[in-house]
Amino acid sequence: MVSTSSETLLTLPTPDAALTRARHGRGYWKNVWRRLAEDRITIAVMLVLIAIILSAVLAPYLTPHDPMKTSVFARLKPIGTAGHWLGTDEIGRDLWARMVYGGRLSLLCGVLPVALALVVGGTLGVVAGYAGGVVNSAIMRSIDVLYAFPSILLAIAICGILGSGIRNTILALSVTFIPPLVRISEAVTTQVRSLDFVEAARASGSGTALLLRYHVLNNVLGPILVYATSLISISIILASGLSFLGLGVSPPNPEWGLMLNNLRPAIWVNPVVAALPGVMIFLTSMCFNLTSDGIRQAMDVRL
Amino acid sequence: MLAYTLRRLLYGVPILLGVSVIVFALIQFAPGDAASLLIPPEAPKEVVDQVRAKLGLDKPVYVQYVLWLGRLVRGDLGVSIVTNMPVASELSNALGNTLMLAIPAALLGFTLGVGLGALAAFHRGTVLDRLFSATAIAGVSLPHYWVGIVLVAMFAVVFNALPAQGMGAPGFPRTWAQIRHLILPVITLSLIPMGVVSRLVRANVLEILSHEFVGSLRAKGLFRRRVLRHIMKNAAPSALALMGLQFGYLLAGSILVETVFNWPGSGGLLNLAIFRRDIPVLSGTIVTIAAIFVVINIAVDVLQALIDPRIRR
Repeated sequence: MVSTSSETLLTLPTPDAALTRARHGRGYWKNVWRRLAEDRITIAVMLVLIAIILSAVLAPYLTPHDPMKTSVFARLKPIGTAGHWLGTDEIGRDLWARMVYGGRLSLLCGVLPVALALVVGGTLGVVAGYAGGVVNSAIMRSIDVLYAFPSILLAIAICGILGSGIRNTILALSVTFIPPLVRISEAVTTQVRSLDFVEAARASGSGTALLLRYHVLNNVLGPILVYATSLISISIILASGLSFLGLGVSPPNPEWGLMLNNLRPAIWVNPVVAALPGVMIFLTSMCFNLTSDGIRQAMDVRL
Repeated sequence: MLAYTLRRLLYGVPILLGVSVIVFALIQFAPGDAASLLIPPEAPKEVVDQVRAKLGLDKPVYVQYVLWLGRLVRGDLGVSIVTNMPVASELSNALGNTLMLAIPAALLGFTLGVGLGALAAFHRGTVLDRLFSATAIAGVSLPHYWVGIVLVAMFAVVFNALPAQGMGAPGFPRTWAQIRHLILPVITLSLIPMGVVSRLVRANVLEILSHEFVGSLRAKGLFRRRVLRHIMKNAAPSALALMGLQFGYLLAGSILVETVFNWPGSGGLLNLAIFRRDIPVLSGTIVTIAAIFVVINIAVDVLQALIDPRIRR
C-alpha cells in the first residue's frame, strides 16, 4: 500500500483499546464512566456545553426580544443598556436574543455535518477495512483524491460553486469530513479484524453479519465516535467561517458567524459588541474539544 | 531513496487527475453556465449559440473536460469573465501575496508549536505543562477570523498602533511601513498551526520519553542536549507531516483571514470570484491550491523518508 503523509498522523495504536474492551467485557463501559466521572475538568466542560445547547433550544424562554426585530433608534447600544443587557447590533436587534437564537443554526451546522459524515464515512471505512483487497483499494484511493483538497478549500469550493445557504453548507461540510472518518474507520477496522478473537469467532462458525455487528462494530464504534466528536469543534468553526464569508446561513437569520460578519464594520464604533458572537463560537468549539479529549482519555483511545 | 521519491511523484498523478475531475464536476453542477453570465437574457438565440460555441459549451461534457484539462496542463487557467485578464497572471500575483502571509505565519506557528509542545512534555504535569496545553487547545478552538477582528479592535481601534487593513505598498516587504501591515494577519494565521503542532509534539515526545532507549541514553551518561536530539529526531517525521498539511491549510484557510484584513491574496481573489460568479477564476484558484497542496504533501513524504529510513518501503 502506498502511504500518504496524513496517514502517519492518524496511526492508531488502538488494538490496545479493543483488547482492553474485549478483556473487560461488560465492565469496560462502567470503567470508562468511572474514569470520566473522576475527571472534574471534563465534567465541568460538559456542563457548560449542555448549558450552551439548552440555551439554544430554550431561546424563546431566555429573552423577551425577537432576534429579527430591528430598531433604528437602538443601534449599536453598548453592553449594559437598559432592556438590552448585551447591547444591540448594527440595526438595533437585541444582541442577547441573537446570541441564544444564533446557537440553534450554529450548533446545527456544526453537529449535523459530522453526524452525516459519520454515517457515510464510517460505513465506507468499516466496509473497506473489513473487506480488504480490491474493495479496500477502490474506496481508499478514491478518498485519497478528496484528501488532496485542504478541508476548508473543499467546503468553500462546494459552497462557492453551488451557492450559499444552510443546505449547501451542511452538504459541503459533510463531504469535507467524510475522508478523515473513512481513514480512521478503515484503520481501526483493519486492526480489529486481525485480532485473535475475531478469528476465533470466524473459526467457530459465525457468519459475516454477526461477526461485523457483534465483534467488529462493537469494538470499532468507540474510537470512531471519539474521533467524530473531535471533528465537531472544527465543524463549528468552519460552518461559522462559511457564514462569515457570506457562503453559509443567509441574513437576517441569527447565526454566530454571520453576526460576526455583519458587526464587522461596527468595530470602529463599539468593538466589544462587535466581537461578542466570536466568544460563543470559541467557547462552544473549545467545550467540544475538551469534552472529546476527556472522553478519549477515559476510553484510553489514542488518535 | 530515489525509487521512493519517484513512486511518490507518480502517485501524485492520479490524485491530480482526480482533483481536476472533482473541480470540473463541481463547475458542471453550478447554476447557470459561463455563457449565461456573459449575455443578457433577452439576447437572440443565434447570439447565444455563437457565444456558447466560442466557449466550447456546445461540445459534449467529456470533450469539454479533456479540452479544459489540456489547457490546465499547459498552465492556461482561462480568462476571467469579469476582468478579462488571464486567470494565471491574476492568481500568481495573489498567491505571492498569500505566501507573504503564509510563510512567516508557518515559521512562527511551527517554531512556537514545537517549542511549547516539547517544553510541555519535558515538564509533564507541572504548571508550565498545563499553561502550554491550555494555550494549545485555545489555539485549535479559536475561530481565527474572530481573533483577527479582536486584534484589529485592540491594536488598530483602541491603541491605534497598527494598520487594520490592506498591505500598504505592493511588493516584497522591505520597509517598516510594509512590515507593519503584516504583523496582525501573520499572528492571526499562526495560531492554528501553533496549537495543532504543539499538541502533536507534546503527545509524540511523551510517547518517546516512555521508551526504554531514552533511559539507556541517559544511563550511558549522554549530555541532556544529545538526548534531546535523539528524542526530537524521533518526534520529527510525524510533526513534519502535520506541518505539511498545516501549510496547505494556511494557503487555503487564509481566505478567512484575508477577508478580515482585506489582504489582496488568493483567498481574497477566491472570495471575489465567488460573489462575481467568475467561474474561471474560481476553478483556476481551487485547482492551483489543491495542486500545491498535493506537491507539498509529496515533498513532506520524501522529507520524512530522508529523516526516518523506516518509512522507505
